[in-house]
Amino acid sequence: MLRLEKRPTPSRFWLYATPPAAVILTMIAGGTLFAAMGKAPLEVIRTIFWDPIFGEFAFYLRGQLLVKAGPLILIAIGLALGFRAGIWNIGAEGQYIMGAIFGASVGLAVFPTESRWIFSVMVVSGAFGGWVWAMIPAILKTRFNTNEILVSLMLVYVAETILAKASTGFLKNPEGMGFPGSRNFSSYPAARNDFIYEPLGLHWGGVAALVTAVLAFILLTRHQVGFQIRLAGQAPRAARFHGINPARLVVLCMGISGALAGMAGLFEVTGPAGQISIDFNTGYGFTAIIVAFLGRLNPLGIVLAGFLMALTYVGGEMASTNLGLPDAAIQVFQGMLLFFLLAVDVLTNYRFRLAVGARA
Amino acid sequence: MKRRNLLATAAMGLSLALTGGAFAQGLDKVKACFVYVGPIGDGGWTYQHHQGAMALKEKFGDKVEIQYQESVPEGADAERVLTQMALGGCNIIFTTSFGYMDATNAVAAKFPNVKFEHATGFRRDYPNVSTYNARFYEGRAVEGLIAGRMTKSNKIGYIGSFPIPEVIMGINSYYLSAKKVNPNVELSVVWAFTWFDPAKEADAAKALIDQGVDVIASHTDSTAPLAEAAKTDGKVIGFGQASDMAEYKDGPRVTSIIDNWGPYYIERVGALLDGTYEQKDTWAGIAGGEVLIGEITDKVPADVKAEAEALRDSIAAGTYHPFTGPINKQDGSPWLAEGQVAPDADLLGMNFYVEGIVGDIPQ
Repeated sequence: MLRLEKRPTPSRFWLYATPPAAVILTMIAGGTLFAAMGKAPLEVIRTIFWDPIFGEFAFYLRGQLLVKAGPLILIAIGLALGFRAGIWNIGAEGQYIMGAIFGASVGLAVFPTESRWIFSVMVVSGAFGGWVWAMIPAILKTRFNTNEILVSLMLVYVAETILAKASTGFLKNPEGMGFPGSRNFSSYPAARNDFIYEPLGLHWGGVAALVTAVLAFILLTRHQVGFQIRLAGQAPRAARFHGINPARLVVLCMGISGALAGMAGLFEVTGPAGQISIDFNTGYGFTAIIVAFLGRLNPLGIVLAGFLMALTYVGGEMASTNLGLPDAAIQVFQGMLLFFLLAVDVLTNYRFRLAVGARA
Repeated sequence: MKRRNLLATAAMGLSLALTGGAFAQGLDKVKACFVYVGPIGDGGWTYQHHQGAMALKEKFGDKVEIQYQESVPEGADAERVLTQMALGGCNIIFTTSFGYMDATNAVAAKFPNVKFEHATGFRRDYPNVSTYNARFYEGRAVEGLIAGRMTKSNKIGYIGSFPIPEVIMGINSYYLSAKKVNPNVELSVVWAFTWFDPAKEADAAKALIDQGVDVIASHTDSTAPLAEAAKTDGKVIGFGQASDMAEYKDGPRVTSIIDNWGPYYIERVGALLDGTYEQKDTWAGIAGGEVLIGEITDKVPADVKAEAEALRDSIAAGTYHPFTGPINKQDGSPWLAEGQVAPDADLLGMNFYVEGIVGDIPQ
């Protein structure tokens, strides 16, 4: 008989071995699923994990990986700071939407002025929009002790409603023949988030994501605030004795994650998406939660996790189009990744023991 | 070494995609690709486009290869899917939702030898982009007549997806036709802000039923509104939308608007095969066979059924247009004079309700 036993200290081996193990288990279980559907499992897995990087169309798809991974990484890093401190911002999707709306509003308000300052101001406004939206659950928590998980999640739906209002109302393209959606930023050079280097898919959002990853890593390992965040998450009582103000930490972590999500929204709306539209948001804010955990809440891990997640999206699309896999099968495949990650994660804090002959 | 090979293959793939073959002489084999906004099992809009794709396959057999991608979000992801398809050697790509308009034109610019066909859009920025749509408002007029005759509470409902001309046109046509046969009729519109979300669609239907509405038309893609109507023990009736939704024939579904895309897909791919393909904008209706009215069930009295069929036939024959004046706008200002027929341009940019409809279009 096997039984689980809590480890005295978390296993460092499993801390790092969990993500690769989860990926391998996902491949095995996913392959079984694809085989059961009558597809060649190895071909599907090769299409998802190999072809976007080394396949026939890699020259195009490699760039798409960063386009897709950029916003995930940017949002996930912000979330990870909070998660480490035990502050659960689940509403990044809403902050992402609000960042896009704030930033786009600023840009569209001065249309068609050409000035090289416009884009920078828009980025700041985007960050501000996300920050404001995250401050609502943060202040409600510090003042009235509400649950930030619920409040931030519910605010996603409020943001979606505002998004619908924006695209059919105050941001609607006056030359759009009555169709919902804002002006397209692709035809407004001063406010456009253009590719800096297209073959790599590098636009300002990608730059921001990578720079933020490095800064967050330094913050967590070298700065006092990073120490406070880690301490608050690992030992809340000790953190209080240490003189850390939990309310300040909530405002700080929610604020950073909101601002980063808002920036991600701004880079997306001015770049790949091009315009504010009713279904502008495609779930980056929620997927980033998976990315944060897949990357072990470590900024550099998150960068790798972001690319892995992007790979399952881009490769999943390829598998779906070229091999005729239903979309739902790809979603199940992505879901498996989180499932196995959480399942294998048990081994970080627990270990299996043979119950026979072992003492309780 | 390996890297160089890969790059060479990639370059070859690109040049193949870019040259594609000479269209003027026609192609021996066509790879036709479809981008869907929902799952093919939605039972409505996407299902019907997929039926069209299947009809295409059946017609041309080995001469056509079909590829498709379900549930593609409208926006940045659509652009990637389209590029992948164009790189992958698709000769013609059908993008089957309004929201793919920008992506379709952007990708079309990069692949001048791939043909793009955008459903329900109006932008043809490049010579290789064509648009196609169907005059669904003609079917709405038939539904409106049945609604006006069948309602007992004099309250009829409409589940709108997005406030775009396409949908507003349907609402107006439905209302005008109902009002014509039943001057006491009142219309409630609920906006779902989605094309496909069974839960939201069901909520919208519930909201209408709670208001006392007993005939529901919907402009969303799933069967959820009919499923909701089926829970009322026959008090509430509805219509199949985009697809026949025949599984509800014994229940609330009294007739349906069927989008019949097969003939158009066969015509366009056929033109590619024999080299007669040209850019165009197609907007056919009941007369062209793109819009079919599904079987009217026995729940509808024989005289109403005959009246509805007569309306359908007069629209098909071109003797009646659902938007024939006098029609005023909601604010009372005149739109069409006595006997005047709505110009297509007015319909395609329609952003107002006609007189008598209560409520505002979300702005």
